[in-house]
Amino acid sequence: MDNAYNITVKECDLHYGDFQALKNINMDINEHEVTAFIGPSGCGKSTFIRIFNRMNDLVEGCVITGEIKIGEQNIYDKSTDIPLLRKNVGMVFQKPNPFPMSIYDNIAFAPRTFGTKKRAELDNIVEHSLKQAGLWAEVKERLRKSAMGLSGGQQQRLCIARALAAQPKILLMDEPTSALDPISTGTIEELINQLKTDYTIVIVTHNMQQATRVSDKTAFFLLGEVIEYSRTVELFSKPKDKRTENYITGRFG
Amino acid sequence: MKHTARKTIRIQRTNAHKRKVYKYVFFKILTQSMLILSLSALISVIVFVLIRGIPYINTQLLFGDYSSKSPSIKPALIGTLYLIIISILIAAPIGIGSAIFLTEYTKSKSRLIQVIRVATETLAGIPSIVYGIFGYIVFVRALGLGYSLIGGGLTLAVMILPTIVRSTEESLLAVPFSLREGSYALGSSKVRTIFSVVLPCAGSGIVTSLILAIGRVMSESAVLILTIGMVINKIPGSFISPGTSLALNVYYFGSHGYPEQASATGVVLLVLVVSINILATVLGKTFGKGELVNG
Repeated sequence: MDNAYNITVKECDLHYGDFQALKNINMDINEHEVTAFIGPSGCGKSTFIRIFNRMNDLVEGCVITGEIKIGEQNIYDKSTDIPLLRKNVGMVFQKPNPFPMSIYDNIAFAPRTFGTKKRAELDNIVEHSLKQAGLWAEVKERLRKSAMGLSGGQQQRLCIARALAAQPKILLMDEPTSALDPISTGTIEELINQLKTDYTIVIVTHNMQQATRVSDKTAFFLLGEVIEYSRTVELFSKPKDKRTENYITGRFG
Repeated sequence: MKHTARKTIRIQRTNAHKRKVYKYVFFKILTQSMLILSLSALISVIVFVLIRGIPYINTQLLFGDYSSKSPSIKPALIGTLYLIIISILIAAPIGIGSAIFLTEYTKSKSRLIQVIRVATETLAGIPSIVYGIFGYIVFVRALGLGYSLIGGGLTLAVMILPTIVRSTEESLLAVPFSLREGSYALGSSKVRTIFSVVLPCAGSGIVTSLILAIGRVMSESAVLILTIGMVINKIPGSFISPGTSLALNVYYFGSHGYPEQASATGVVLLVLVVSINILATVLGKTFGKGELVNG
């Protein structure tokens, strides 16, 4: 993983024991674009996004085949440095999961993992990351206070800042606003639009309006397969597949 | 006709209602008296010990030199301290380590883990005198430690180990998976996740369980009768010396013609154990509350 941070997936299958959760997925995800995964619950979109930072490794009995490349590197090679992969591919989860420690320590968590010990350096990273996540003004006076005292929306932006502090190249977001109110959701969507100039973003969402607002390309998942994958504008205005059309017009899901 | 019929129905309803009210009142009074009975049993024990014991607490008893005319519990206080230090120093790392292995490194559904869980639960329910005889056979005799504080401390460590494993395991399992996931997603290793995220979150629960274990060590007597020699008149020189403990002194004084000293020692023991338990509760509350709840 040197320069290029586009993702290429070829013939990817994923099994949980006997159950096949993903079927023959082929996809190219471009750098510095926002790619959205939509589809009904249980269609495999969250499972798929977790392939890119190998979070599925934590699941017992999960077997992945096929080729998944970031840049030129196949991330499922035996030689892959998984911590380094996860440093480069940050993730934000559905439910905000700040650590029960101070705001500062939350943000400094990944830099400390990768050996940054100097106070001044950490201060810089913390300030920069919080600014990127649009949270600096709200928390700069209370960096030493527990992150658990923040509101849900603030906690989620903290989690984004925490992921950014690792200086990733790709940011995965698994339904990042589904636990938030509309105003916090709006703030985070604006944030996504700003971040895409520096990062490749992949977002899973249940909310089709959100996909149209934030993404450049959209993939529609159904029962473990990618039914349609194209520019967001095209997918929502001229869906090629009948099933996509039914889903985006609200006939099922 | 219609009119009277309606009246009867109303009367019947009222009767049924009255019966319900009686039942309700009766059951309330019944359970209330049960509560009063159990509380008074508890309170009378405490009051009895306090009334019988407090008048005989004095500096000679607490800190004086032991003589058969005016016995002292100084050797027992020091012996108890030794026992706490030995048993916690040994049981805490082993117990916490086992719990970490069970929760973080094994598949929760594996057969082996189920067996280990049942085994630890069973061990926690074994009568302490059985641990005592085990300690006597293994530590005092087979390993040649003789009657000694280390022999008793080791046996106590074995006794409190299952409880420490179980309660630490529960504290670790209470840490939400989402936090572990968050840590891994930031590129942390398993060790960093355990030490920087999981253990700090479970810390207050683990400390509480250790404090409760100290309480159990302090109140234990059966194990010690068979292992530390009950030498009540000498201050133990080191942890390999024989000695005594507070609980053991209550037994000794009570059965060797020192009823006042027995009650006084009982008061000291009671106060210490109650304060330990209050400390555990307070710690559990101040650090445990709201820390892990996402807003």
